Amino acid sequence: MEEAYDRGVIEDFGRWREFSAGMWAWVFHKFTGWVLVGYLFVHIPVLSTALVGAETYTATIQGLESLPIVRVLEVGLLAVAVFHIMNGTRLLFIDLGIGLERQKVSFYASLLITAIIAVASVPTFISGVF
Amino acid sequence: MWFLQRVTAVFLIGVLAFHFFQLHFVEHAADIEFAGTQARMQQPFYFATMVLFLVAATFHGVNGVYNALINQGLDGRARTVVKWVLVLASLGLIVQGIRVAMAMAGVHIG
Ligand code: HEM
Repeated sequence: MEEAYDRGVIEDFGRWREFSAGMWAWVFHKFTGWVLVGYLFVHIPVLSTALVGAETYTATIQGLESLPIVRVLEVGLLAVAVFHIMNGTRLLFIDLGIGLERQKVSFYASLLITAIIAVASVPTFISGVF
Repeated sequence: MWFLQRVTAVFLIGVLAFHFFQLHFVEHAADIEFAGTQARMQQPFYFATMVLFLVAATFHGVNGVYNALINQGLDGRARTVVKWVLVLASLGLIVQGIRVAMAMAGVHIG
């Protein structure tokens, strides 16, 4: 196991300077999770333009995708999703008791893989708007 | 709940990765148009996967938020209120998502 961090009864983000790798993994997982649900609650309303009609749906999506800011946010969303997936997979293995000795290394690996996938995807996500 | 959160997690790992891959690399997001969405949504397997994705993602996300709030010390009456607000918001999102999925597939009931 990694060194213990005594969280106390209620989480106190003000203590971030004391956080260990495990605590950062926990904070990032939480943050990326909030972003993803937030996205889902926006995504469905956007797709709901399909209820109005085919033209509205196509115009809405293509209109959004033509904005550079949307493209940049999408790369951010991809990074957030990849980290949440990688770290979540790590947590599932830890729940199964696999890799208890390597929690810190596997967290750094999640960060690294996220960075690589996000950077490698930039050309595909950005193409055509700038 | 703990177990359901893990089961939906496993499902979402695969489907979310597929979703991103499908709509950014296979189809370019900027070229999405209704006809393409409709062609995908008319395949029963894709349709079912999307609806399951909707339900699993909503449950997993909202349950995650609820757990985070409990971690922050939410309890008593506020906890009960928050719980029901989240349950209603989730049901609303799922109902709306299914209406959308049906419109995409071109299915009309009533
Ligand atoms: C920027 C990345 C994304 C794009 C461009 C995108 C686009 C789309 C599109 C066009 C559809 C309609 C189905 C189709 O055309 O095949 C769809 C459905 C869906 N997406 Fe996404 N999506 C993205 C990310 C996400 C994320 C991160 C989530 C989950 C948090 C998500 C959850 C869903 C769900 C649940 C449906 C089904 C909706 C329903 O059945 O009503 N999407 N997405």
